[in-house]
Amino acid sequence: MVTNKPKTITPSQTVGPFYAYCLSPVNYKFRMLASNSLVTKDVEGKHITLRGTVLDGDGLPVPDALIEIWQPDGLGRFSGHHPLLKTAEFKGFGRAMCDALGLFSFETVKPGGAPMRDGVIQAPHVAVSIFGKGLNRHLYTRVYFDDEEANKSDPVLNSIPEDLRSKLIAKEIEPDCYEISIRLQGEGESVFFDV
Amino acid sequence: MITDTPNPLEISTDYPLESTRAHPPMLTPSYVFTRKRAPHRPLRVIPHTLTELSGPIYGHDSVQPLDNDLTKQGEGEPIGERIFVHGQVMDEDGRAIPNTLIEIWQANAAGRYIHALDSHPAPLDPNFYGAGRTVTADDGTYTFTTIKPGPYPIMGLNNYWRPAHIHLSLFGPSFLTRLVTQLYFEGDPLIQHDMIYSTAPESSREAMIAKFDMSATKSEWALAYRFDIVLRGQKNTHIEA
Ligand SMILES: [Fe+2]
Repeated sequence: MVTNKPKTITPSQTVGPFYAYCLSPVNYKFRMLASNSLVTKDVEGKHITLRGTVLDGDGLPVPDALIEIWQPDGLGRFSGHHPLLKTAEFKGFGRAMCDALGLFSFETVKPGGAPMRDGVIQAPHVAVSIFGKGLNRHLYTRVYFDDEEANKSDPVLNSIPEDLRSKLIAKEIEPDCYEISIRLQGEGESVFFDV
Repeated sequence: MITDTPNPLEISTDYPLESTRAHPPMLTPSYVFTRKRAPHRPLRVIPHTLTELSGPIYGHDSVQPLDNDLTKQGEGEPIGERIFVHGQVMDEDGRAIPNTLIEIWQANAAGRYIHALDSHPAPLDPNFYGAGRTVTADDGTYTFTTIKPGPYPIMGLNNYWRPAHIHLSLFGPSFLTRLVTQLYFEGDPLIQHDMIYSTAPESSREAMIAKFDMSATKSEWALAYRFDIVLRGQKNTHIEA
C-alpha cells in the first residue's frame, strides 16, 4: 500500500537525560532488550572487550551518553541478514551507558571484515552511534582495530586524511581489550560520518 | 549538515542524504547543551556499505503483550489523563515499514520521570513507570495506551518548562534509519517556547506534533492522538503500482 509521499522525514531530537528506564534499564526493573554484552553461546569469534570514554569540548566526561554498536560476527556475518544467521541468538547489537567518568565498555567478539557493495572486503570495524543530552541528532562513527593489516587498504579509512585515521582505531591496551577515545568536540575531536 | 568536499571516494549513498536536512543541525546555541557537544569539524560523507545498510532486528518476539500499555504495568491504575497514541511508520516515499521496534519513554502526569536523577519536585506515581515498546504491524501501524505526560521544568535553568512530550526510538530497516525523536501534543502553548523543539528546521518541526484524533477516541475510556513517523527510505526501489 502506498500512501501519499510525506513532506519530510521526522526530525531527530536529543535523547535527553532520562532514557535509562526504557533504553538501558540496568538499574531499573524494565526488561533489557539490549545490553553491553553481545556475546552469546552461538557466536563465532574471539571474545574481546571494547571500551572507551566520551568527552565533551572541554575534555570533560559526558556521563549521560548512550553508546550503541552494530557489528558482524567473527566471520563478517551480520545477524538477521546473513542466511546462516537469520535466527541467531547473536544479535550484533549492544547498548551501553557511560558512567560518571564518561566510561563505557562492551563485551563482544572481534568482528570479521564485511563487504562493500562491490565485494571488496573492508577492514574489521564496529559501527557506533552516540546519543546524549545536547546531541540534536546522534553521531555516527566507526571503530577499527590497531592489530589489523587490512586497515591499510580499507576504503573508508583511506578516504580520511592520514592524520585523522588514528582517531578511528582502537588500541589493544592489554590482551583482547581494545580502547577508543571519543571526543565530541575540540582538541582531539573524533571523526564523525554523515551517512 | 555541512559536509566535506571533495572526498576521495566515489560516494554512493543508497539512502538520499538530502532528506536528512530535516534533522536539526548539531550546533543550535539556543539549546545550550549543544555548545560543548556539537563537533566543530563537518561530518564526513562515506559510502553506504553493508555495515550501514543492515541493522539490528527486533521483531514481534522481542516485545510482550502489555509492553504497549503503560497504564497496565503497575499494581493499580496510574493517575492522569488516559490517552491512546497511534499512527503509521513509513519511509520518505510513503511506504509502510512493518515489523519495526518502537520504544517510548515519558514523564508521568505530574511531569516527573522515574529516573534517579530527575530532581523535579513533583510526585512519582507508584503505578506508572513511563516506558513502553511495540513492533509495527504489517501495514506499519502501531498503538500505545498511556497517560498524557505533564510538562516539566529543566532544573537549573530559570523558569524553563518543556512542553508535554513522549520520547520515541525507532530502528527501521537499517542502521542509518535509526531515529530518536520526541512527540509533542497539538495545541500545547509551550511548544513555541521550546528550545529543543526549535532545534529542528522550521520546515520539518510540525512533523513532531501529534494531532488530536476524535475518530480514534474510545468512548468512556480514552482520548486519542495520531502520530505518523517517517523514516529515511532507499532510492530507486519504489515502483508505482
Ligand atoms: Fe523528556
